[in-house]
Amino acid sequence: MTNVLELKGITKRFPGVLANDKIDITLREGKILALLGENGAGKTTLMNILYGLYKPDEGSISVRGQEVDIHSPNDAILQGIGMVHQHFMLVPVMTVTENVMLGIEPTKNGIFLDKEKVANRIREISDQYGLEVDPNAYIKDLPVGIQQRVEIIKVLYRQANILILDEPTAVLTPQEVEGLFKIIDTLIKSGKSIIFITHKLKEVLAVADDITVLRLGKVVGSIDPKEATSKKLAVMMVGRDVNLVVDKKPASPAEPVLVVENLYVRDERQNLTVQGVSFDVRKGEVLGIAGVQGNGQTELVYALTGLLPLEEGTIRLLNEPILRTTPRNILERGVAHIPEDRQRHGLILSFPIHDNLMLCTYYKKPFANGVSLQEKIIYSNAEDLVEQFDVRTPNIYVNAGTLSGGNQQKVIVAREFSRPIEVLIASQPTRGLDVGSIEYIHKQIIKKRDEGTGVLVVSSELDEILSLSDRIAVMYKGQIMGILEAKTATKEQLGLLMAGVHLAETTQS
Amino acid sequence: MTNTHTKTASEKRRQTSLGITLLATGLLIYLLFGISTESEQLTTFGLNLAGTQAMPIGDLIVPAQATVYLMSAIAAFVGAYQLARGVRSSGALLGIVAFTFVVAFLTWAAAGKSFNLTGMLTSSLVRATPIALAALCGVISERSAVINIGIEGIMLIAAQVAVVTATLSQNLYVGLILAILIGGAVAAFHAYLVIRFKVDQIVSGVAINIIGAGVTSFISSRFLQKATNTLNNSGTFPIISIPGLSKIPILGPVLFENNLVVYLTLLLVVVMHIMLFHTPWGLRTRAVGEHPKAADTLGVNVYLVRYVNVIIGGMIAGLGGAYFTIGSVGRFDEIMTAGKGFIGLAAMIFGKWNPIGAFSSSLIFGFADSLQVKLQILRVPIPSEFLLMAPYIVTMIILTGVVGRAIPPAADGQPYEK
Repeated sequence: MTNVLELKGITKRFPGVLANDKIDITLREGKILALLGENGAGKTTLMNILYGLYKPDEGSISVRGQEVDIHSPNDAILQGIGMVHQHFMLVPVMTVTENVMLGIEPTKNGIFLDKEKVANRIREISDQYGLEVDPNAYIKDLPVGIQQRVEIIKVLYRQANILILDEPTAVLTPQEVEGLFKIIDTLIKSGKSIIFITHKLKEVLAVADDITVLRLGKVVGSIDPKEATSKKLAVMMVGRDVNLVVDKKPASPAEPVLVVENLYVRDERQNLTVQGVSFDVRKGEVLGIAGVQGNGQTELVYALTGLLPLEEGTIRLLNEPILRTTPRNILERGVAHIPEDRQRHGLILSFPIHDNLMLCTYYKKPFANGVSLQEKIIYSNAEDLVEQFDVRTPNIYVNAGTLSGGNQQKVIVAREFSRPIEVLIASQPTRGLDVGSIEYIHKQIIKKRDEGTGVLVVSSELDEILSLSDRIAVMYKGQIMGILEAKTATKEQLGLLMAGVHLAETTQS
Repeated sequence: MTNTHTKTASEKRRQTSLGITLLATGLLIYLLFGISTESEQLTTFGLNLAGTQAMPIGDLIVPAQATVYLMSAIAAFVGAYQLARGVRSSGALLGIVAFTFVVAFLTWAAAGKSFNLTGMLTSSLVRATPIALAALCGVISERSAVINIGIEGIMLIAAQVAVVTATLSQNLYVGLILAILIGGAVAAFHAYLVIRFKVDQIVSGVAINIIGAGVTSFISSRFLQKATNTLNNSGTFPIISIPGLSKIPILGPVLFENNLVVYLTLLLVVVMHIMLFHTPWGLRTRAVGEHPKAADTLGVNVYLVRYVNVIIGGMIAGLGGAYFTIGSVGRFDEIMTAGKGFIGLAAMIFGKWNPIGAFSSSLIFGFADSLQVKLQILRVPIPSEFLLMAPYIVTMIILTGVVGRAIPPAADGQPYEK
């Protein structure tokens, strides 16, 4: 058996960071190599080097034993390397055919695009690999799972035989993941070799022939999937023992604190993205909102926190309606918000930590006295919170932007939890965090629940929803497909709801 | 629980307010133009243009009051229908009502007199030409995601270069080619600043406008005005009548008796449409404007596409500049572009970043512009200062998004970082 691809001693430095440190990996012909690691372990950087998007500082790349120079995506494509990016590289307002042909366009008479020829080629590829897709459909009208097929077709159209799949399951429902695994199987059978990048342990065990684990830019080791277990892989990935489940007592829910009725919201582009949503969050429980990203969750949270106006419907907070009010008013009435994009909406990155820790209350006593800010109180408040919430920082005077993702999130949690709250709205609270920080944030959220706060958690990670929630609502295309008790809900059932199947149908089958 | 829910409260509100606006327009037509027209007056719309080769046909003579009433009724009916039933395409409704308003206005303004419609349409196309060229420059730049608001400045510089070089060389074609080249050169400078150094695209564009206005005004007052005959007197491109086609009534004089610059503009609209939507270059341009990273990962050189597009755009704006001097009056006056470059950008937006759309909306601006001239001749009881504002008022109305909001290319104005 030959090695189709070998990377040796790849090193890449970014200002202040060693993203890849002498990395060696080997891909065997016709096999699946899983590249496992946490966010920030250097997986994507490594693949961008292989695909010619970044230049490595040191190291060599060999394809079928021949050392090659890859300076641009074109070089990679010529070597038969194709990449399916984590964030799809598709132009939404163009058709499947146009997206596939972009970059190597066949022409009629040397001038006009020959779309028919490409469409036919797409149909051939579809038939051969079971990648069904309409060549004339516009990308923006296709569900995410189909968009991913288009990405794979793009790679196959360029006759790649080494495929890099970067976090391919991140945006898929469990059923779509099954479909993807079938496609991967067909690809392997027709002789392709695949590098599968992920941070999800179960997937690695399900598909990989070889596993290489990265941590902090270094190869920790390779392991045979037959000998690997979730536990073993987690330890390799994180570097210490981790608790994969959240410990929590049964909830003791009381009266509703947040009641949403028949809510409609438009996004910034004036599309009606939330369409008639109703639910309530009770004191002392966690309501999880599951769903594939982009089904209206973001807009729902924006509406609840006053960042987007309501089109129709009512929101009642502690029996008082929220209508035409400001985000500040909502915060003052006891809502805490952990926003989806912590760097844009959660923190002011160019402000020091101590200022970020009082952003909700800076205008009130004790932080403000008339028009002047009370620096001593601000500093001591920050010292206390940093200590209490275990924010790892050299001091409280550094800018929030210098912290790691996990510590940034801790600053937000510290700020929101340091004032009296009735409702906590946490949107994607652990996205992109390391396992240690995830554990910590989860514990804090459950602690708030047990203190009697009503908690709304929005997440596209089904595992997170299942481990935190007491009840689970599933959102699809701006609507809630059903609300389930977390104890009895199964992953399969949630997956069907996430794909738009109605609740009644899931229980029948 | 399905997507059958189609209308929300605010959509209904919008429908109602549109309906009421249309009804009010009907009423307005009646009040403004209907009451003051006398019943026995006739309005004559001249369809023949003196000095052209078109076969003569009869003029269109209509009873003024009846026509105004009819237009008022149509507008009111459309408004009432919208209130009662609701129509999806608000653009079409607004189009109909705008049409009735304009017809009623013209009928009223020319009541008891004669108004040459063919002449009006001809001058609309001519006046639309520089606007359309500016709009095409905008389309081609912004489709690759580079905003160029320096079109006004580029046109001024090109206008001056064209007339001076044409006068010196005694050859209009020399002036034309140099105008196109200088347009490309200035745009290349803009491209270099915003692509290579990621200078803010608006700032760079504003700088070009200021430099263009300043330098051309300086040269004009310092040199051209003292030597008008030797530097600033080129003559203009002659009218070329296309044999046969120019004999068609109305269409002949409007479309087939024009000068070189107008023909080039019409040709460019068609060529650019085909290029943008049916060639590899166009596909790459659109991809770079929408999602440059996607284009980059497929081996498309994002920077190269942007350079090429901005420079071609500049050459088109250069042609637009040449129109002002060697294409219409044969001499350079200070700030003679009078905001046409900016109106061109409005036409680009209204035309949804589409060559044919941009050209069509340029015609609306050209129409507004030539209307104001005709109305001054007709001695309409509206102060001429207000009439002069017409094209700019149309620009503002269109840019407020009353007529449907256009969506720009997704990456428009953003520098690309690898």
